[in-house]
Amino acid sequence: MTSTNIRRSPARFSIPKLTYRVWKVWHRNFDVFMKTIKVNFLPSLLEPILYLLAFGYGLGGFIQNIGGQPYINFIAPALVAIAVMNGAFFECTFGSFVRMYYQKTFDAIVATPVSVEEVVAGELLWGATRATINATIVLIVIAVFRLITSPLFLLVPLIAFFGGLMFASIAMCFTALAPDIDFFNYPSFLFVTPMLFLSGTFFPLTSLPSAAQATAMAVLPLTHIVNIARGVVAGHTEAILGLNPQMLLPISIAWIVLVTIFFFIVSINLMKKRLTG
Amino acid sequence: MGSQEVLIEAQQLTKKFDDFTAVDHIDFKVYKGECVGFLGPNGAGKTTTVRMMYCFLPPTSGELTLAGLSVNKQCREIKSIVGVAPQEENLDPDFTVTKNLTVYARYFDIPKDEALKRANEQLKFFQLEEKREVPIAALSTGMKRRLIFARALLNQPQILLLDEPTTGLDPQARHLAWDEVRNLKKQQVTIILTTHYMDEAAVLCDRILIMDRGKIIEEGKPAELVRKHIGEEVLEVDYDEKLLPTLKEAFPDARFERLGDRMQIFTDKPHGVFEGFLKEHSMQNVTIRTANLEDVFLKLTGRGLREE
Repeated sequence: MTSTNIRRSPARFSIPKLTYRVWKVWHRNFDVFMKTIKVNFLPSLLEPILYLLAFGYGLGGFIQNIGGQPYINFIAPALVAIAVMNGAFFECTFGSFVRMYYQKTFDAIVATPVSVEEVVAGELLWGATRATINATIVLIVIAVFRLITSPLFLLVPLIAFFGGLMFASIAMCFTALAPDIDFFNYPSFLFVTPMLFLSGTFFPLTSLPSAAQATAMAVLPLTHIVNIARGVVAGHTEAILGLNPQMLLPISIAWIVLVTIFFFIVSINLMKKRLTG
Repeated sequence: MGSQEVLIEAQQLTKKFDDFTAVDHIDFKVYKGECVGFLGPNGAGKTTTVRMMYCFLPPTSGELTLAGLSVNKQCREIKSIVGVAPQEENLDPDFTVTKNLTVYARYFDIPKDEALKRANEQLKFFQLEEKREVPIAALSTGMKRRLIFARALLNQPQILLLDEPTTGLDPQARHLAWDEVRNLKKQQVTIILTTHYMDEAAVLCDRILIMDRGKIIEEGKPAELVRKHIGEEVLEVDYDEKLLPTLKEAFPDARFERLGDRMQIFTDKPHGVFEGFLKEHSMQNVTIRTANLEDVFLKLTGRGLREE
């Protein structure tokens, strides 16, 4: 009798097996979003307008052109990138944590044919979707302000989705490790806020020493989204580390792809460990 | 009553959390169409066992199969034929009552129209029709439990897992839940029930498994367990030292138990023996009652309180 015992292999780390059911989890979050759509739109609409007024027109009046363009044109693509980061990061930290910990939504879903991995992947895709929605709203705002100068801007939703998936995956790792919701103060203030200012958003990275430029390129995900956003919205990029756009954009795209794949897999594994012990 | 087809089988099933063994090498079988009650004090391992049945928790070792499907390998298939009413309230607070059911049905690939039809049927049966468009936060505890029960039936499960389904229900709602359990038994649904209410277990369950400290310590039909461990009747009187010799002389085979200032005398003699005795002796605060499952439970698991 005991010879039939199968010790479940702990399989601590594995490539998640996902099916179309991922979209059912996504759909649940989408349904909730649609229910409260007006409240959801307001902050993402208001924030870029405030940034453009305060920094673009207000502060920008005292600042000389950057790379031949007015300051407000310099920061506009960065606002798109910031919306990607904030949309995905906060959805998959606070949002996912509330669903997991307080609402027990994940517990309810995993009693159905949807697996834990699919629940987490659905949350990540939803985080990416929130990033896309937020970035698109910002895009519309900067279009109204006539700050789009390249037809490539049509690529923004695609970039926002994959950039969003990267931030969602990183955020989900914090969620998997968070003992309580206050824990998110650490990644918010030690990771997101510094990135907000140090990723070539409000001043050119090229004004920093090359060691700082290299560090931003190596460890700050937002830097790469800003690079690409600037490429497609303004039609040119900063020459970070002396790289021209033909060099910089492929590097940023490759960086995002690799980091996204890595954290997508790691976050699902960490969450699975947290949820099933 | 159940057939001879084994639908759920556990072999040396074990679950450890770090160094705590919640379920300790248990074996059991549940036959198709049976309603089996898992009884036990808090921390006995009932809920952990149920959670392993729907793949919520992976076993540490041992085997557990439902309809021939292994929880170690075939979770997706198992979860599609199992309905779960968990102990913990996990309704979706972001949705209304109806939307809770239709979104849940979507996880089972139930088409939209069919989902709405089933949702309406369940809401009607569980008398939640008027609450259709109400948010979860506006429901009472009893309504929430009924909705959780309704939700567990959406996929028309072959196996239903009810983890303390009637905790917090008023008697009306509890009888409604009992009716539904009987109804489902008629439809040959196999039911696993955990409960702290012994009357509920006695009424609904074909068979009882009593768990304590991760082990199954006794199993059988409710009536048989009562006869085996307790007997037929129980006499309860105020404890009185002077009376004790008389009682012991009158009922030499009975089991005596003192509980504070009360005393219980258990006999397996046919009904009526206590009444005859009482005609000849006058006593204070006397109750004669039929022995029940709660007597069995307390005898087997003791009276000490369990902390989680």
